[in-house]
Amino acid sequence: MKKLLLLGDESIAQAALDAGLSGMYAYPGTPSTEIMEYIQSSKEASHRNIHREWSSNEKTAMEAALGMSYAGKRAMVAMKHVGLNVAADSFINSALTGVNGGLIVVSADDPSMHSSQNEQDSRFYGKFAFIPCFEPSNQQEAYDMIFDAFEVSEKYKVPVLFRITTRLAHSRASVQLKAALPENKLSLPVDPLQFVLLPAIARKKYKALLSSYESLRYENRISKYNFFKDGKKRELGIITCGIAYNYLMENISDSPYDYPVLKISAYPFPTDLIKDITSRCKEVLVLEEGAPMIEEALRGILDNGIKIYGRLDGTIPRDGELNPAIVGKALGLPSSYGEEVPSVVKMRPPSFCKGCGHADMFNSLIETLKPYGQGHVFSDIGCYTLAALPPYSSINSCVDMGASVTMAIGAADAGLIPSVAVIGDSTFTHSGMTGLLDAVVKKSSVTIIISDNSTTGMTGGQQSQATGRIEQICTGIGVEPEHLRIIIPLRKNHEENARIMKEEFEYKGVSVIIAMRECIQTATKRKKTEIANE
Amino acid sequence: MKNDIILSGVGGQGILSIAAVIGLAAVANNLFLKQAEVHGMSQRGGDVQSHLRLSDKPVASDLIAFGKANLIISVEPMESLRYLPWLSKQGWLVTNSSPFINIPDYPPVDQIIKEIKTIRNHIIIDADAIAKEAGSARSGNIVILGAASPFIEMPYASLENAIKKLFERKGEEIVEVNLKALRAGRESSDAIRS
Repeated sequence: MKKLLLLGDESIAQAALDAGLSGMYAYPGTPSTEIMEYIQSSKEASHRNIHREWSSNEKTAMEAALGMSYAGKRAMVAMKHVGLNVAADSFINSALTGVNGGLIVVSADDPSMHSSQNEQDSRFYGKFAFIPCFEPSNQQEAYDMIFDAFEVSEKYKVPVLFRITTRLAHSRASVQLKAALPENKLSLPVDPLQFVLLPAIARKKYKALLSSYESLRYENRISKYNFFKDGKKRELGIITCGIAYNYLMENISDSPYDYPVLKISAYPFPTDLIKDITSRCKEVLVLEEGAPMIEEALRGILDNGIKIYGRLDGTIPRDGELNPAIVGKALGLPSSYGEEVPSVVKMRPPSFCKGCGHADMFNSLIETLKPYGQGHVFSDIGCYTLAALPPYSSINSCVDMGASVTMAIGAADAGLIPSVAVIGDSTFTHSGMTGLLDAVVKKSSVTIIISDNSTTGMTGGQQSQATGRIEQICTGIGVEPEHLRIIIPLRKNHEENARIMKEEFEYKGVSVIIAMRECIQTATKRKKTEIANE
Repeated sequence: MKNDIILSGVGGQGILSIAAVIGLAAVANNLFLKQAEVHGMSQRGGDVQSHLRLSDKPVASDLIAFGKANLIISVEPMESLRYLPWLSKQGWLVTNSSPFINIPDYPPVDQIIKEIKTIRNHIIIDADAIAKEAGSARSGNIVILGAASPFIEMPYASLENAIKKLFERKGEEIVEVNLKALRAGRESSDAIRS
């Protein structure tokens, strides 16, 4: 069979295609975005007419995927870790409804927060929902696991969580493909009440879910990814989870050490193998990418068993991504650190692109806000969050998707005037619209600036559900037409834009200012394509 | 055979194209490969790097350990210094001398060049100027790859083939310009070392 050079994200997408996927659902989010992008650009997906459109947010994506599963077909939904918080309601309850066609939920965690607001470990969500969780350590394993994840999902009638981290998502390696499976045919659930979570039904389903979670420990398609390799050294056994195994091997594969090693890549975790390694060894080192989930379980509250090294005793830093150096140090190996970075090297943080409309919008906003003093701007998740950095230093919050609108409402309730929200077009349709409805109903004194660049910019320019619809959405929600203002954020319009902003700051009600200018990155790409097509 | 390479530059300067060329060549040479890239937030004019690992044996870690890189390939001079903790004592640093200035406190270029010259094995070339001469100002990244090619344990022709494959769909002209850029980089590097 064919071998391809694939990112971790792409290997998951290719595997899903080969495992009979019928529908892919997602909202863009680093480091998960390339899964959907791969399927969108796949000729095979186009030929089979696999569903592959972006959703408005992770919750709508999760629910649509569940709907496809209801209809008997295999579906996958992908998101970044914080996206799973947005989808959590449907995600947790999908464990209770169970599935019909196989359903995989990919959550891409971002330890060290390369491009995120937190570094939550999605494995907890697997345990929380009582569903199996796969955590591949490399691209090939990710590919192979998708086949097993669909099988497990259909055999146990539960969704399966697929947890990856940035380093795997965005690292490329050669992947050996398998023979492709056919898609499932349309078929309804045998039990017409399977997806009806009325309390009386949900109580029964919850009991069944709890017992199925225990039986998953003995499922071969899970347990084959957890293996124990005995070693001569009885002083120290090592437990690794997911990608942590690679950093261990990087440190010990060329050296004479011979530790007993337990590699865990699928959950519920293998209690028998863990008991086995801890009974053979005097001490144990636990290496986990993310939170110390296994380590906490091992220690318990009493922590009176064998000596355990890990993130909780400081052997490994409590937060942040692992790397070969951290694992080497935990093993007591000497540091191989090269030359120090010379002091002449300065920080180079990300910044607005040249020709970015957000930048011109902020220039007008900063000037207009001067008389009111600091602290009036609630921002959101997107490129415009870069206005937190100098020379702009002009936003006061960035919490979660949509929080700009709703935090501005709360601050206005408290008497902060003006109270300004800055939100992008895609973020607005993701989670800003409901907040705007709150503002309209309550007649809040807020000014909401929708910085509309007609794309989902920060993740690389994916289609925005908002494009061409924002005005209608706002008037539909009930924004007064005279306080729905449209500006073009160009330097030449600065005076006029500042005047419009000032007028709306002084209005004691809901104002929406749409700052419309296409993202310079997507505009450049679009022009290139247009020229190529001519 | 084991080549651990760090690619560095600023978002948008084309280090992922360098990675793609080496990656295609590695596959053609039946080598094992892992290549970790940076996507997302840091791409907006921030510093970017990629860890590229080639070996005739399977590669474990996606990241290169400190002090183990054989080669730093940088399309920007200040960025080449950011990864010195990863460079081995015998390793080579190959960099563009032409700065990308998008921060207010960018240091004087001569100070950066002075620091680069303290590294035992270094090659500094003005890739932007060489690229322009070769006919494409935007091929500075491929010029740098050419300059680094003596330190990558693969036949030069396999890099050429990879360029042909990578740029194929952009047309014959783009392929030729990039092959010329690769050659020009290689020649300037050879001239410095001879």
